[in-house]
Amino acid sequence: MATHSPTHGHPVHGHHESTKPLFAWWKRAIVTTAAAGLIGMALVFIGRLAFGFDDLWEPQVYYAAMASAMGLGFIVGIGCFDYWGRYLVGKQVDPEDHSLHGASNWRAYFRVNTDHKVIGIQYMVVVFFFFVMGGIMAEMVRAELAQPGQQFVDGETYNGLFSVHATLMIFLFVIPAFAGLANFALPIMLGAKDMAFPRLNALSLWMLIPGGVMMLISPIFGAFSAGWTAYAPLAVQGGTGTTLFEIGVQFAGASSIATALNFLVTIITMRAPGMTVWRMPLLAWANATTSGLVVFGTPFIAGSQFMTLFDRIVGTNFFNAGNGGDVVMYQHVFWFYSHPAVYIMMLPGFGIISEVLATFSRKPIFGYRAIAFSTVAIAVLGFGVWAHHMFVSGMADWLRLPMMLTTVIIAVPTGVKVFSWLGTIWQGKLHLKTPMLWALGFIFTFVIGGLSGVFLGTLPIDIQLTDTYFIVAHIHYVFFGGSVFTIFAGTYYWFPKMTGRMYSEKLGQWHFWLTFVGFNATFFPMHWLGIQGMPRRVADYDERFANLNLIISFASGLMTIGTLIFLYNMVVSWRSGPRAPWNPWRGRSMEWLVSSPPSLFNFDATPQVVGGPYQYGVPGARHAVIFAPDQIGGGELTEVGKRTILVLANETIAASSLLSHLRNRSAEGFWRFTLVVPTDGGNHRAAERRLQVALAVLANDGIDASGVVEDGSPLAAVERVLAEEPAQEIVLATFPTGDSGWMDQDLVDRVRKTANIAVTRVVVRREEAREAVVSSAVRRIAVIANDTLGDAALIETLRDRYDASALSAVILCPLSIDGPGWTDDAERVRVEAMGRARTTIEALQESGIQARGEVVDGDPVAAAAVARTAYSADTILLASYQRDRADQVLAAVTQAAGTIPVEHVIVDSEAAAPPAS
Amino acid sequence: MTIGPPDPLIASHAVFRSPHTIPLILIALVISAITAATALLIDWFPEQAAEQAVRVDQLMWFLVISSGAVFVLVTTFLVYSVWKFRAAPGDESEGPPIHGNHRLEVAWTIIPVVLLTVMVVWAILVTNRNEALAGDRQPIDVKAWQFAWEFTYPELGVSSGDLVVPVGRQVELRMRSTDVIHNFAVPELRVKRDVVPGITTKLIFDPTRPGIYPVICSELCGVGHSVMRARLVVKSKADYAAWAADARAAAK
Repeated sequence: MATHSPTHGHPVHGHHESTKPLFAWWKRAIVTTAAAGLIGMALVFIGRLAFGFDDLWEPQVYYAAMASAMGLGFIVGIGCFDYWGRYLVGKQVDPEDHSLHGASNWRAYFRVNTDHKVIGIQYMVVVFFFFVMGGIMAEMVRAELAQPGQQFVDGETYNGLFSVHATLMIFLFVIPAFAGLANFALPIMLGAKDMAFPRLNALSLWMLIPGGVMMLISPIFGAFSAGWTAYAPLAVQGGTGTTLFEIGVQFAGASSIATALNFLVTIITMRAPGMTVWRMPLLAWANATTSGLVVFGTPFIAGSQFMTLFDRIVGTNFFNAGNGGDVVMYQHVFWFYSHPAVYIMMLPGFGIISEVLATFSRKPIFGYRAIAFSTVAIAVLGFGVWAHHMFVSGMADWLRLPMMLTTVIIAVPTGVKVFSWLGTIWQGKLHLKTPMLWALGFIFTFVIGGLSGVFLGTLPIDIQLTDTYFIVAHIHYVFFGGSVFTIFAGTYYWFPKMTGRMYSEKLGQWHFWLTFVGFNATFFPMHWLGIQGMPRRVADYDERFANLNLIISFASGLMTIGTLIFLYNMVVSWRSGPRAPWNPWRGRSMEWLVSSPPSLFNFDATPQVVGGPYQYGVPGARHAVIFAPDQIGGGELTEVGKRTILVLANETIAASSLLSHLRNRSAEGFWRFTLVVPTDGGNHRAAERRLQVALAVLANDGIDASGVVEDGSPLAAVERVLAEEPAQEIVLATFPTGDSGWMDQDLVDRVRKTANIAVTRVVVRREEAREAVVSSAVRRIAVIANDTLGDAALIETLRDRYDASALSAVILCPLSIDGPGWTDDAERVRVEAMGRARTTIEALQESGIQARGEVVDGDPVAAAAVARTAYSADTILLASYQRDRADQVLAAVTQAAGTIPVEHVIVDSEAAAPPAS
Repeated sequence: MTIGPPDPLIASHAVFRSPHTIPLILIALVISAITAATALLIDWFPEQAAEQAVRVDQLMWFLVISSGAVFVLVTTFLVYSVWKFRAAPGDESEGPPIHGNHRLEVAWTIIPVVLLTVMVVWAILVTNRNEALAGDRQPIDVKAWQFAWEFTYPELGVSSGDLVVPVGRQVELRMRSTDVIHNFAVPELRVKRDVVPGITTKLIFDPTRPGIYPVICSELCGVGHSVMRARLVVKSKADYAAWAADARAAAK
């Protein structure tokens, strides 16, 4: 374990660790992985021994325990749980420690990192590794299929190849590739510093790796060969490879769920001010929707694989027809995830395409709301179509018709998207850069995949075509021509932002055209094979399909060449490509308004979102205002220098919660504040006093603020002030809804409409607004008085005497009653005193002076002590009537007050009633 | 949502004045020709050996034509846009700020709904007719296991490795599996159904054309999946009677 030595009294374990050499983490990971494997095996052994099993050696049980334990051991050893581990054992953790954040050199990419940008790149490298592995397997499949009969591999190996190919491509490439791209781009697009849960984010990535490795190595241990669908009972017959798949899916699935939760929370809670949901880039819509699907759906595949695993190692009979199991049930549970998974693998791609098409068409996205709603519609409908994979499975016949219906309904929102994209490029100014080529190519291939999907949704046609090569053609048209094309589009699109380098445009175009031609030449003929009846998942086939299969195998080689070019382009450009500008594509969303690559926390100051993300061609429109310390590349879209926040409040202007909100905003560094206090028919002088306090507090904290009291309504005040000086945002403070006259008038919405800039509301409780704000800039005056309380003359005196400074008051009423008769009158006297104090406090508050008070049991000396200790008063004011002859009291109070100055006020009032006693 | 002028393609009188109309039509004709040639010149469908196949193929043609139309539409606009709206090098200007068009969006929601409704109704009719039980039908028990088929004829009291049926009489397969899921598929019949351990699945077809067709296991069933084949032999009534007599004799 890591040692740590705090220095400077500051816990710096993270900084200490970051200097630890890279291999230290990996050494620990290897040790913990191996140890966990041994522990897993030992636990099984002890368990079997303890329960008196005849057969101590049952390989699959040991392998399952070992694989699970090793996966967990790896993520613990690599350091995903270091923070929580420290916390658990009581070692110091520092939430402000960003030592595991950001990357200063390549080594940072090979260990746990909490920076969403680093994690995004880690994801992309990991997923493209598995893409290459899956691709190699695909080419081996094509090599075997180049001719009928058996050439390179036997039946078992062949089944393993296509099973692992699909598994890797789905669970280790398409799904996490979208997570990777969104991990990098989405927080910046939302104006956030990071994802909501950075450590969980890192955990998601590192859980993916053991899952992927298990799937990848499964062929070595006796292939996992039941297809990626792993239908029971065939999968139940499987060997160690199947065990590895079933455990690997758990890790990949957990990773997927954790990422989805992270995206959901990030999108819901971490949008920059002004980023309403209708101003979100469509990628955010897509990822929010996808994340919902993942969270609801993925537990089902985890469950289905656990059930199969338990059938194999625990002796359950979920899918054992001979023992009351239900074979078809597996397919229901499996597809209840795996159909939504189709949209998990497609919707984020739709988001990417929307970004790319708008940017490279220089046109707003066509039908933003239609695309957003259709995304949600697809997701909702997506949960009601699973059994269309099971039309021939022997499930209840009646179920086929409703499933056909829901399936074809999905074609409608999908069509809406495609037509909206065409509307987007129509009359645009198309720049055919590589990302745009992939996006346009995507439209072409995805339309074919979508239409063949309609064929398969149609029950009688599906009965003919299911389980044939038509399915192979269809899924590759939607997953490769669909998802993978969008992943390439996104990778090229954000490559400059991720790496700070430009890729080679020429190689990118070669990659596209080779893949596009190779893809269509490979997969389009498969439609014919399928209709003719060539079944999928066969190593051998009819002689009459030989020529076409040979052509397909050759054509698939084009994609391999394209992929090699892509990898070369990525690696070489990352190392030595030309420096990327901030905004090479002149995009509007926020990731293009920050540097390439972005700074550690993306933004120097919280950006302000002021419009939609696709306002191309709209004169003067902008999506967001970004603040940068100096002009270093953001172009006309980046602001320099301070911007103004207009703060609108009346009775709440000096409330501590509002002031601390402004303090926090000011800490971002680029704001100045204009405090506007509309009297709204109220007391002008009182408003001035409150403003005086607020300005004094802010000035004392070094915050740039000025203020003005405006007679009249808040809306008129906002208009008048904005006419003089524009502001970027309005902070509006009110009492809670229900207790606020302003909220009754719907002021937030009306101000937003009037000013047409972002409005942030700060809610202040009424009591809080009246309590004295704690600041050395505000004089705290303790008034010690009894009979004089409630006297208008006292209040007048207080106002006049301290009008020049910001002050708050505390009213202390000493009740020094003693001697006979005290018991009967005590309660009455106390109540009267409290009444007088309350009158005074309310009168002061009415005049704009924050005040509170209490009745002190004791004499004025005791009250002075309270003023000093409990209220930290900086002036004590002793009030009495002339007739009270308070000299002795004054002397005693002065002594008790210590260093605090004591002033004496003689209240001169004819109206004052003589005291009761 | 619309900012800026309405899309000129919408107002009908503007369609003919639009400079885009004629090139769009020309491109659509070219792409239609390619699409139609792909659909017509290639022999896509296997033989029709059952009444079911005829109905499925009719529906398939409807789908081919309607989805071909959608494909031509999308591709035409795609190709034309790439050709026509490509920005000249150095052109930094932006396109018109068109944010949407309600009429167009409603249209491209409603028209697919209509097409799909026709398709669904048609599909339900085809399914009902394809699965309608005839009064006189021949039951055959199918047993599947890794990796072979066995067909038992209760009427004859014999079994065979190939499925032999006469034309003109509906066949009802009652299928069981002894191990994993298999699938009985004959492309020329256009029918297919899983053979599932634990349950008996049924499949019916009305053979119309004598010949020999492949019975293909279409559900991955293990290492021998690709060789788990049998033959469907459809015979004329007379040939079938002769075969049945021989089989009975052989069984005795």
